[in-house]
Amino acid sequence: MSEANAEARVALVTGASRGIGRAIAHALAAAGHTVVGTATSEAGAARIDEDLGDRGAGRVLDVGDAASVDALVKAVTDEFGAPLVLVNNAGITRDNLLMRMKAEEWDAVIDTNLGALYRVSKACARAMTRARWGRIVNITSVVGAMGNAGQSNYAASKAGAGGFTRALARELGGRNITVNCVAPGFIDTDMTRELGDDQRQAMLAQIPLGRLGEPEEVAAVVAFLCSEQAAYVTGETLHINGGMYMT
Amino acid sequence: MSSIEERVKKIVAEQLGVKEEEVNTEASFVEDLGADSLDTVELVMALEEEFETEIPDEEAEKITTVKLAIDYINEHLA
Repeated sequence: MSEANAEARVALVTGASRGIGRAIAHALAAAGHTVVGTATSEAGAARIDEDLGDRGAGRVLDVGDAASVDALVKAVTDEFGAPLVLVNNAGITRDNLLMRMKAEEWDAVIDTNLGALYRVSKACARAMTRARWGRIVNITSVVGAMGNAGQSNYAASKAGAGGFTRALARELGGRNITVNCVAPGFIDTDMTRELGDDQRQAMLAQIPLGRLGEPEEVAAVVAFLCSEQAAYVTGETLHINGGMYMT
Repeated sequence: MSSIEERVKKIVAEQLGVKEEEVNTEASFVEDLGADSLDTVELVMALEEEFETEIPDEEAEKITTVKLAIDYINEHLA
C-alpha cells in the first residue's frame, strides 16, 4: 500500500445528501477515505452514490431506528470494512416557542439529534475499540452554546451532544479513539435559507466576518479532526462561526 | 484441540496483556489482573468471538473471574 493510502479508512457520514454533510463526505473522500454517506430517502442515497462515484457509496438510514442503524453498520462492514471514522451529522429542526411547542416537536428533535448519537456511536464503537483507533466527530451548533429563541429543543439536543462527546472521549480515550464536536454557526445551507430576510440581516450583524460560512469551511475542520494530525485533540468543541460566538 | 479452560485463559491473557501463567482459574479480572471496566467489556466481546456465541449483557456483568467465564462457556456451549 502506498504511503498516501496509509491513513485511508472507512468513514461513515450520516445526513450526507446535502448541506454540511455533503461537504464533509467530499472532504473525507478527498483525504483518501472510503466514504459511506447516509440519507433518509432512496433518492437522497442515490444522489450520494452518484456524487461520490468510486470513492464511496450512498445508503438509506433512519438514525431514529436502532435496528436500521445496526443493519447499516453491519452491511458497511461486510462490504467496505468497519467504519473507524464516524461523523454524526444528521439532524433536524422543529422550531417553535416553548409555550407553543408540541411534545412531538420536542421528542423528534431530541431523538433524532441526540438519540442518534447513542445508537450510531454504539454500533461503531466495538470495531474502533478492537482496532485501537477511531475518530468520532459530532456536528453540533453554536445554538447549543448560545441558545436561540424558538429553538429550545434544538439547543438542548446540541448542548446534550457536547456532554455526550466529553463523556465518550473519557470512556474511549484509552483505546486511542478521539471524540470531538464541530459547532457550525450560520452556514449557507437549505436549513438557513429557510430564514426570513430580517432574521438573516440580524444574524449577519452579529458576525465579525460579515458573511455566512460555506459548508466546505466546516468540512475542512471535520476532515482535520478525522486525520492523524488531530490525534491529541479529544473531548473538544471547535466553533466555526465567523466570530459570532467566541469562548 | 485445546480445552475450553485453555482457550479462555489464552484470551484473558491476550486481552488484559498479562502472561498466561498469571491467569489462574480463581483470578478476578479487575482485582487480580488489573482490568478496568472497558477491558471487561472487550474481554466478553473476545469470548463471544472465540466461542461464536452472544453473551447477553445481564449475563456478561456476572462474569468477573476466569472461573466464571469458563463455567459460562461450559454451561452454554458444552
